[in-house]
Amino acid sequence: MPVRMELLVCGGTGCQASNSNRVLEVLREEIKNSNLENEVSVLMTGCFGFCEKGPIVKVMPDNVFYVEVDEDSARKIVAEHVVKGRVYQEKLYVEPDTNEKLPEQSKIPFYKKQIRIALRNCGKIDPENINEYIAADGYMALGKVLTEMTPEGVIDIVKRSGLRGRGGGGFPTGVKWEATRKSKSDIKYVICNADEGDPGAFMDRSILEGDPHSVLEGMAIAAYAIGAQFGYIYVRAEYPLAIHRLRIAISQARELGLLGKNIFGTDFCFDVEIKIGAGAFICGEETALINSIEGGRGEPTVKPPYPAQVGLWKKPTNINNVETFANVAPIILNGAEWFASIGTEKSKGTKVFALAGKVNNVGLVEVPMGITLREIIYELGGGIKGGKKFKAVQTGGPSGGCIPAEYLDTPIDYDNLTALGSMMGSGGMIVMDEDDCMVNIAKFYLEFSCDESCGRCTACRVGNKRLLEILNKITEGKGEMEDLEMLKELAETVKDSSLCGLGQTSPNPVLSTMKFFYDEYLAHVRDKECPAGVCKELLKYYIIPEKCVGCTACAKVCPVNVIHGEPKKVHVIDRDGCIKCGQCYKTCRFGAITRK
Amino acid sequence: MAKYDVDSEKLKRLEDYIDSIEQKEGALIGVLYKAQEIFGYLPKDVQLFIARKLKIPAAKVFGVTTFYSYFTMEPRGKHVINVCMGTACFVKGADKVLEELRKQLNITEGNMSPDGMFTVDSLRCVGACGLAPVVMVDGKVYGRVKVEDVKAILDEYREGGSTQ
Repeated sequence: MPVRMELLVCGGTGCQASNSNRVLEVLREEIKNSNLENEVSVLMTGCFGFCEKGPIVKVMPDNVFYVEVDEDSARKIVAEHVVKGRVYQEKLYVEPDTNEKLPEQSKIPFYKKQIRIALRNCGKIDPENINEYIAADGYMALGKVLTEMTPEGVIDIVKRSGLRGRGGGGFPTGVKWEATRKSKSDIKYVICNADEGDPGAFMDRSILEGDPHSVLEGMAIAAYAIGAQFGYIYVRAEYPLAIHRLRIAISQARELGLLGKNIFGTDFCFDVEIKIGAGAFICGEETALINSIEGGRGEPTVKPPYPAQVGLWKKPTNINNVETFANVAPIILNGAEWFASIGTEKSKGTKVFALAGKVNNVGLVEVPMGITLREIIYELGGGIKGGKKFKAVQTGGPSGGCIPAEYLDTPIDYDNLTALGSMMGSGGMIVMDEDDCMVNIAKFYLEFSCDESCGRCTACRVGNKRLLEILNKITEGKGEMEDLEMLKELAETVKDSSLCGLGQTSPNPVLSTMKFFYDEYLAHVRDKECPAGVCKELLKYYIIPEKCVGCTACAKVCPVNVIHGEPKKVHVIDRDGCIKCGQCYKTCRFGAITRK
Repeated sequence: MAKYDVDSEKLKRLEDYIDSIEQKEGALIGVLYKAQEIFGYLPKDVQLFIARKLKIPAAKVFGVTTFYSYFTMEPRGKHVINVCMGTACFVKGADKVLEELRKQLNITEGNMSPDGMFTVDSLRCVGACGLAPVVMVDGKVYGRVKVEDVKAILDEYREGGSTQ
C-alpha cells in the first residue's frame, strides 16, 4: 500500500555505531503510537556519506534532512514533522559560516558538488529489499544486456565510456574485459575485489552495505561480457554488516531468478559466492586474492600471465573492484557518451573519496574527476577542524603520498596524482594539519607496509624494515645527515625490485614527504626538533615566565619532581630529569607551558 | 585415529563441519574460521587434525594460519578489544587509547589481560573513519573514543560478563 511519507534512517556502520538502530526503533514506536503505520513507513537505508553528522534521518517526499538525531529528537521529529507537518528546526544542518539552517540535502555544501553514480542508491533505498533496487531501475541494465546486446557490444560500451578500475591501478575496465573474453576456455570467473584494505577508505563498504545489488548486477553484466558462469565476492572479515547485506541480496536475487540458471529467460547462467578474507592487506592485489580464494597464503605471483589468461583455478578470470562494478549498470542504461562527458580527458566519470582526518565534514563524497583538492577539502569538507592550518592531504593509502598546500588546486585524476608522487588508490583522502609530524606519518605507513608485506621479495620484506629503522632513529633524535641519503636510495631500491604493487609503492609515503617536507626531516636530524611537537623523544618542555602565576599545579603533577619553584613565583623545569610525559603541559590552566 | 590434546567434543564438531563440505579443495580458510570459532584459537593439534582431515601437509595449514592476521595460535580473552589503527584513527590519537587500554588492564606482555577477561589488539581500519578514533569490543563499535572513556567501556564488560 502506498504511504504518504517515508522516514529514511541511515544504517551504515558509522551511524549504527552512533545508535541509529535505536533511532529507527523509536521512530517506529512513535509512528505506531500515533496510529500512522498505514500512512508513514520507516526504512533503514544505506550510508548517506555524511558520517560526521550521523545518525541521519531523511523525510521524504518533503526532502528534509535531519542530522545528529538521537532518541529524544526522533520523538520530536514524529510529533512535529510527521504529525503536525512542521519541520523540526533543532536538528537541521546549520551552515557554520552563515548560521543558516538548511533543510534540503542538495543545498548543504557537503552535497552541492557531488554527482552520485556509484552511490546513486545509497541512502535512498532499503538495501535489504530487492524490490526497492528494482524500483530504482535496478537489473534493467542486465535485462537490456541479456536480451538486446552481444558480449562484444557490452565491452565496446564499457571501453568507450572510459571507465577505469576504481580500486587503485586505474586500468581501463573494458580492455580488461576484452582480454578475458578473448581467452579461450569453457570455464571463466568473475571476481569482485571487496578487500578494501587501505586504512581510511570505506567507499566499498558503503556501497556493499547501501546498495549490494548494484555490485551483483555489475558482476552479472561483466560475466555475460566475458563469458563467465560463476563469480566470487572476496570481502574483508572486518566488514560484518556488508557481508550480512550481501548474503541477503544474493538470496533475494536467486529467488527472483536474477542469479542462477537462464536469467531473463536466456541461456545465460550466473551465480555468485561470498569468500571472506582473513585479514591480509596484500590480498587486495589480484594474484594474491586468487591464491587466497584457492585457500592458500595470499602471496602475489608473477605477471604475466595475467588473471585474464590464467586466473582462479588456472582459468581466465576478470577481477574488478566494488566501485567499478557499481558504475557498470548506469553506463549501460545511459550510454558511454554520457559517462565520458563527466570528468577529465583521461579519467572519466566520478570517483568516490573517503574524506577523513582533520577536516570538518568527515564522510564519503562522490565527485566528478577533475575537481580540485581544494574544492573537496574546503567546500565539501568544510575546511580544517578547529581552525588549524592545513599541512597535507594523503591520498592513496600506504601506496600513496602526501600532497602539500601548494598543489591544492591540482585537478584530481589518475595521472595528476601519480605525477605528484602520490596516487588515486582506492580513494582514501586523509587531511593533516599543523599538529601532524610528516616524518611520523611516513613512519606510520611504513609500519603498516612492514606488517603487511607477505615476505616474498627481499627488497620489500627486508628493505621496508630497514627504512622503518632509519625513520625510528630520526624520530628518536639519533638521526644523522647521511641517513637521509640512505633513506632515499633504499626507498628507490625497494620500489624498483619488488614484484607486486605493495612493494613497488610502499616507499611512496617516505619519498613524497621527503620531497615536500624536507625541512621537517632536517629539523629532526640537524636541529633535533620536531616542529609539530609529536615525536616524544625530541620534545622539550619550557615554562613561559610571563605566563606562569606560580600556582604549583605542574610541580604537584610532575611524576619525577623536576619542576621547581615557590608558590606564587615563576616555576622552572629541570630538563635533565624530565621524562617528557606531558602531564604538566596538560595540567597548566594558564598556557604557561610550551613544548618544542 | 591419532590422539589430539584438545577437547574431544569440540573436535567432533569440527570434524562434522569438515565432513559436510562437498568441495574440499580451497576450503582451508573456511575450515580455519570454523575451528577458531569453536576453539577460540588454533592450537597446534587442531591444525594437525585439519591437515590430516583435508589431506594436505601440516606445513600448509601452519603457513596459512600464520599468514592471516585474523587467525591466532594464542588463547584469547573472554572479550576481544580491537583498536582501529587506520590512518584516520591514528591521526586522531588511537595510539593513546590503545596505550590506556593496556595500562588499565595491566597488560605488559602479549595481548591478554592477566585475568583472562580481555584481549587487546589493533586492526587496520573498520571503515568508520567518521567516528575516529574507533574501538571495537566483540564486534560492537565505539566511536570518538577519548582516553577518559576507556574505563567506562571496560566497566560495561566487567559488570555484564564478569566471571568472578
